[in-house]
Amino acid sequence: MKTAILGATLVDPAAGTEHGADLYVADGRIAAVGTAPKDWNADATIDASGLTVMPGLVDLAVRLDEPGAPLDDTPGREVDACVAGGVTRVACPPDTDPPLDEPGLVAMVRQRAMLQGRVHVHPVGALTRGLAGADLTEMRELAEAGCVAFSQADHPLVDTQVLWRALQYATTFDLPVWLRPQDPWLGKGGVAHDGEVATRLGLAGVPVVAETVAVATIVALMRITGARVHLCRLSSAEGVALVRAAKAEGLPLTADVASHALHLSDIDIGWFDTRVRVTPPLRATRDRAALRAAVRDGTLDAICSDHTPVGADAKQVPFAEATPGASGVELLLSLALKWADDERIALPAALAAVTTGPARVLGVAPPTLAIGAPADLCVFDRAAWWRVDPDALASRGHSTPFAGLELPGRVVATLAAGTAVFRR
Amino acid sequence: MHNPQLAANGQLTHLLTLEGLPAPVITHILDSATPFVSFGERDVKKVPLLRGKAVFNLFFENSTRTRTTFEIAAKRLSADVINLNIGASSTAKGESVLDTIDNLTAMDADIFVVRHSESGAAHLIASHLNATGRSHVHVVNAGDGRHQHPTQGLLDLYTIRHYKKAFTALSVAVVGDVLHSRVARSLISGLTTLGTPDVRVVGPQTLIPTAVESLGVRVCHDMREGVAGCDVVVMLRLQNERMKGALLPSTGEYFQYYGLTPDKLALAKPDAIVMHPGPMNRGVEIDSAVADGARAVILPQVTFGIAVRMAVMSLIAGNG
Repeated sequence: MKTAILGATLVDPAAGTEHGADLYVADGRIAAVGTAPKDWNADATIDASGLTVMPGLVDLAVRLDEPGAPLDDTPGREVDACVAGGVTRVACPPDTDPPLDEPGLVAMVRQRAMLQGRVHVHPVGALTRGLAGADLTEMRELAEAGCVAFSQADHPLVDTQVLWRALQYATTFDLPVWLRPQDPWLGKGGVAHDGEVATRLGLAGVPVVAETVAVATIVALMRITGARVHLCRLSSAEGVALVRAAKAEGLPLTADVASHALHLSDIDIGWFDTRVRVTPPLRATRDRAALRAAVRDGTLDAICSDHTPVGADAKQVPFAEATPGASGVELLLSLALKWADDERIALPAALAAVTTGPARVLGVAPPTLAIGAPADLCVFDRAAWWRVDPDALASRGHSTPFAGLELPGRVVATLAAGTAVFRR
Repeated sequence: MHNPQLAANGQLTHLLTLEGLPAPVITHILDSATPFVSFGERDVKKVPLLRGKAVFNLFFENSTRTRTTFEIAAKRLSADVINLNIGASSTAKGESVLDTIDNLTAMDADIFVVRHSESGAAHLIASHLNATGRSHVHVVNAGDGRHQHPTQGLLDLYTIRHYKKAFTALSVAVVGDVLHSRVARSLISGLTTLGTPDVRVVGPQTLIPTAVESLGVRVCHDMREGVAGCDVVVMLRLQNERMKGALLPSTGEYFQYYGLTPDKLALAKPDAIVMHPGPMNRGVEIDSAVADGARAVILPQVTFGIAVRMAVMSLIAGNG
């Protein structure tokens, strides 16, 4: 299969380049850039004039509902959502139903992903059995089955001795641990950022100190164990400052932020809008500013969607009772572009936060448009604006805090190993 | 999103919160309550303002007292009153709040008086009714979680105005568990909207919410400083479950430092009034000598409460 993509602007975050050139794809890989290889006969030609081509996006947190999809659901809906968002590689948190704590489950997730054949799926295994925070999982065997890292997802470890042991054990086998920093006691019962808005609305707060205490604990344990840690969903200015200091110290620490946290704050809760109920909670505008700056200066390595499909019924309840989360993988590129536009960051640097940055966290080769690289590609219209219609999302979950907003950049096509797996 | 309690033309459709309610609307409600105050003394205690209307008292959280005052208010307006103790029925069977609302709307409810343990429950119901083209069905928030209790706030404002007249020259101290208090949030919203220059919240740090200053109040951890020179002292009820644990060590220590005793009240202005939303814990937040003293206006609050609730229901759903 040979495909020519003609007339596009190529953005390659790995090379730091943005330029107009034709792209030639053969046998699932990039065969040439600029001029066609010798004896070129295209099976297919994509006229991409006016469009932009980049490597497929890498998303560190996508819940595929596998296992645990509702029985009446079409298989692969969340994979549909990924490719509709130009995302070709994802990591899946272990808070599935049941949690990913057995090699058989991990093998099943990978098997189903392979049958779908559209997106590279990297399961993140449970750090403790059932995510219950007491007994370690068989991390070595889970890694053999395909887990790239180990995590508690949104179930923070209460017992710091278990956390210490888990980091020691994972480090014995050089396995990375992904943790969302939140002290379970300080954040207990909280549903919104502990600040003006929560006080006004009478919502129980999650204070910033719940994040900073957890980051400080994790960093202290990293120093004595040598563990490699990735911090998920940083939410506060103070948390970012601690990450910056730990990195300056030379600790093997990486961190990410959810794409919605770059654009929204607790003010967007408005009158108890449950679509804005996410974990960790959206914080104050000064925190949002710090998060935006931290992605720019590399303190935060990746922007992820934290894609969580939530059904309508679970959001049509009082704010505190609503299931947290939002569907986001289809918005990831647009939200990254909006951040880049707002901050006037050139595309190759900005899009590193959704390609090379998360790839480095995953430990996979940097996505690139260089000759020989896999042709996992995202083709998008840089100039297009689109209005987010929740009912038009491919995801099972139609809840997003961006409903009705206009966002820049529309994915036109997604290629996996040279084959179009999505076209709009 | 515009404030869901106001119609597009600014008319009050639901009463969900005092926050953001324009001062003329608040004043109009208070003015409308005045003729109803002397009502209870009449031989015939009824007007036909809600004749033919159905008021559903929808209590997802139990409260005999609040439910009773709404029931009396609705009956004096000639409404049909249906009391539903939902806490013990539908939701226990797994029905969602909005399914309950849809069912009762199908029974031709005109007003839902809603009490719920979660903040935002009344907004959820009102938004649902608005979004489904049923904004002719009105919601009165009778307390949602720790968010607001607007009719209590209005009756507190009515009481203050009755005894003190101009809000723009008052010092008001709100004392106790502000963190969990919807009564405090409603009163603070109302007082600041009406231009009260000095509102103080008084309590230990564990009972004062984060960034409460943003509501337009001053924090005092020392009660003597908090009540000094005040025109109005509002004591909040301390819920049983907060009386020990990590928020407070004991009721004894609480009473010693934050209970309203005659000697602490002596620091307020000589004509200061003392209010309490009830039910009181004597010897916990208030000394009996104060509760039963000449400056307590706690029982008039209850009387005014019925008049204010009559005013609210007749304004949002009244016949002409």
